[in-house]
Amino acid sequence: MSYHIVVCGSIVPDPLQTLEPVTGPQGPALKNEMMLPAVLDPWAGHALYEAANLAKNVPDSKVWLVSLGPKAKLQQVMMNVAQKVPFELVVLDGPSGGFTEAEEVAAHLAKAIESIDGLDKSKLLLFGGWQSASRGTGAVMQIVGETLGIVDQFQGVDKLEPQADGSMQVKERMEGGSYLVSTLSAPPAVFGWATGTLPEPPNNPQVGMQNMRFIMPAIQKAQPAQVGAAGVEFKSVELPAQRRETRVVKDVPAADIAREIVDWIKG
Amino acid sequence: MERLRTLPGDDVRQIMWRFADRYDLQMVVQSSRSVARTTAARLVADGARNTHEWTPEKAELLKAFDASGLTGMFMEPEQGGFLAGPKNLAMCLVAFELSWVDGGAATCNLATDLALAPIHERGTQEQKDYYMSKCVPPQPGEDREVWRGAFALTEPLPYVGVDTGVVSGKVRIDEWKEGEEPMLQVEKRGRFITNMAFANFVTAAVNTDDERIKSSCMVILEEGDEGTYDPGAPTLKMVHQLSATNDPVLSLKVPASRIIGGYTVQDGMIVPNYSHGEIIAAVFQRTRIPVGVMTSAKLLSAVEPVIRYQRGRFRGGESKPGTPRYELGLQQNEDANHRLLDVWSTGESMASLGFAAGRMADDFDPIEKEKERIFAEQEIKGPRAQMKALKPKEQDAIEMIQLRAKPEGDRDQARLDALEADPLVQYSYLSAMSNVYIPACKLWNTGYGCQMMREAVAMMGGYGITEDCPGFLGQKWMDAQLEATYEGPEVVQRRQLALSMTGPVFAAQLTAWIDELRLHAQETPGRGHCTLATAFELWAWTVEHLQSAKDPEGKPLMHGRRQGVTFALADALAWLVAVKCFMDDVDELAEKGPMNAVVAEGLDALVDFFGDMATWQAARAAGEAGRVAADLVFGYILHPDCAGECCSADAAGNLFEGAEAFYALRRKVDAAVAGARLAKDRAAADLTKVMIPEALDYPL
Repeated sequence: MSYHIVVCGSIVPDPLQTLEPVTGPQGPALKNEMMLPAVLDPWAGHALYEAANLAKNVPDSKVWLVSLGPKAKLQQVMMNVAQKVPFELVVLDGPSGGFTEAEEVAAHLAKAIESIDGLDKSKLLLFGGWQSASRGTGAVMQIVGETLGIVDQFQGVDKLEPQADGSMQVKERMEGGSYLVSTLSAPPAVFGWATGTLPEPPNNPQVGMQNMRFIMPAIQKAQPAQVGAAGVEFKSVELPAQRRETRVVKDVPAADIAREIVDWIKG
Repeated sequence: MERLRTLPGDDVRQIMWRFADRYDLQMVVQSSRSVARTTAARLVADGARNTHEWTPEKAELLKAFDASGLTGMFMEPEQGGFLAGPKNLAMCLVAFELSWVDGGAATCNLATDLALAPIHERGTQEQKDYYMSKCVPPQPGEDREVWRGAFALTEPLPYVGVDTGVVSGKVRIDEWKEGEEPMLQVEKRGRFITNMAFANFVTAAVNTDDERIKSSCMVILEEGDEGTYDPGAPTLKMVHQLSATNDPVLSLKVPASRIIGGYTVQDGMIVPNYSHGEIIAAVFQRTRIPVGVMTSAKLLSAVEPVIRYQRGRFRGGESKPGTPRYELGLQQNEDANHRLLDVWSTGESMASLGFAAGRMADDFDPIEKEKERIFAEQEIKGPRAQMKALKPKEQDAIEMIQLRAKPEGDRDQARLDALEADPLVQYSYLSAMSNVYIPACKLWNTGYGCQMMREAVAMMGGYGITEDCPGFLGQKWMDAQLEATYEGPEVVQRRQLALSMTGPVFAAQLTAWIDELRLHAQETPGRGHCTLATAFELWAWTVEHLQSAKDPEGKPLMHGRRQGVTFALADALAWLVAVKCFMDDVDELAEKGPMNAVVAEGLDALVDFFGDMATWQAARAAGEAGRVAADLVFGYILHPDCAGECCSADAAGNLFEGAEAFYALRRKVDAAVAGARLAKDRAAADLTKVMIPEALDYPL
């Protein structure tokens, strides 16, 4: 059994920057959005690295990364991501600031997935983050799956293990730090990944050079994706007020730090 | 209109430093940045610099270099690397990214490349293949350790810093059996040798100690060789502690095949194909550049932490959010912003000069190899014979410069094409230019950069010299002191510049630059082009004047021994060339920016900001050049009886022949800085509005 793994994963503005909501000509946006550096959405990153690991261990498997974001920004981020694992990129040129409707995003993603040459839906494992660092509705992957007719869906996934009989064991997060363990008989299925179990892979420049040969043309021919929030009126948009009271301390035992935090929470 | 919305990002830098179309280099940038802002930053934050010893914690850097792909960057793809072709610009970019956080980490990364450089430049094909492959991390399926190298040139005290022509390491023939390869006995004591704590091999410069070995050479020593391979004690240095630096003792028996570049046997004598000097010249020509770039990274990396500090300076007091005191802190004061702008504009000029030199070296590498091939074909051997053969090509190079300077429709394009296609003409041009750019980069970037780093630290107040100063500015200031001495102390760079700055090819290029800058000044007024053109004119006039001027004793002023003259002119030229590179980069941004979707947004405003910064930097450089010119032109004229009359405005014209022309040029330079302070005011005001991240992207 081999897999065709499609990872839906895009970029988000670097959360270390000041992300200030403003009203632009096309509705709400982030201040200086195009000037903000971008990073791969961390949840999407987990999904991608899990996908690559699975593909490496199951012969004849293949990974596609479907990304909806500004193509110039995608190119920058891919300079780093492409060195980590092998994949083929499918690009939709659109916004990444988070002021989009999940349904519109999902519709474009589903259409892009449908158009992938050589994709065998009977082998399809649809990966993505169960949330996004830009605006976590937690709905995009579910809608993409529904649109593609995939009804077996798992969210908050931390582990996926192929079994000898071709089935797959899935561990989903539950409240209270527990896991729901399920068995999936066969693809297709949707997996909204939490943090997974794998660290970020080390760079492999040879993989990067190989990937970039295909990534650059894919970015060049990216199709525009008109996604937004048409019909939605944002009455107000604001980031949570920042509150940072920093003390630099050294050589303090962990127990003391924990005690202080508990005291602070108790007020 | 906000001119500087955020600090310039990768898209802007890729255009300015000309690697927007090189995704291989963009990958290298991302890789090195990742190592710098995680492993290296954590080591500094955790106090790893507080010991001279090479510790297991510091050794994590090597693993990070291997895992990120940086270790194999120097090698060709067939040797296990991933970058094909010249790698000078790539090395500069890596040095920049690592030094953004810690210069020692950069040195640690570059040191094996430095050890490999003699092999890369002059080694036999077998030596290249063997050692390069050993230094690449294991590929999937391989089980081996990565080899690291060290480069041993300098000698034990008291010879530290001596001329590279004087080497006290020795080589003699230990055993030479009939029909077998000779075995050599190598004695070498090193001083300040980077990577030595863990190096598996050393490329060492040694002099002949045996009448059967014709000249000095470089040899490769391995830790498994018979004899003593003692890494020695750590050097007790106060800087770059994330690199391993030791004083090794090496006494080893090695086969003659370890002579870098090979040898021939003539009349029973071993004749190395390259003396140590020839190899070192080829190596240092290039490896000086990344060091200059390292210091530039320090200055540019200081901008964000200083802004953060300045804005937060009074927040611990009574000020409330929304008030100028709370939001701007020290940035309410003009002086704080002006001084930071000085640091920033210096850093920009340094980086522009460094990357320009790196690109030039990339262009030069294949041309130099082609020149070697042609001369080998024509059996032209030795430096003197080659210089003689190249002499006529100087005129061709000058003609090429002059043709390039003409508008496309007005020049003989066929002739220009022919000249540009001639590798020996290109060699003549590029060697003349790189002999100015490279020492200027190493000299000015590290020397003046170090002074400006002190400014950056001072802007942090007492915080600047604490270990937890954001951006590690205090450590960077100290590290910069060492960078000024790496690869030859400042005097070495000044000597090289003093020789190359008066060459005819560079003089022709200088004339072309002046015309080009004047043209730019007409097209885009207010960006400092005119100021720089005038300063170049003054510098060139001064050089010409001094070449025929004599001191009161009748001794010529422009002479190799008159370092008071030549070195000062070299310093002034470095200022000017650095600004020229910065302006070129701003012009490139203005031209290519519209083609990049990310950069195009707000490009005009950003170019305006950079233009103001370049204008101000040009004024500073012009002031420095004017001061040096006046010092030299007047400083060697005797006027012991001066009572205030001889140097009055009316009388001064009599002090030397041609004084009127000098005064005219000086007045022109003074007038050409008109508006520079206004430009500084505008750019400094931008600093108060620029958006910076909430937190530094590497730890305290």
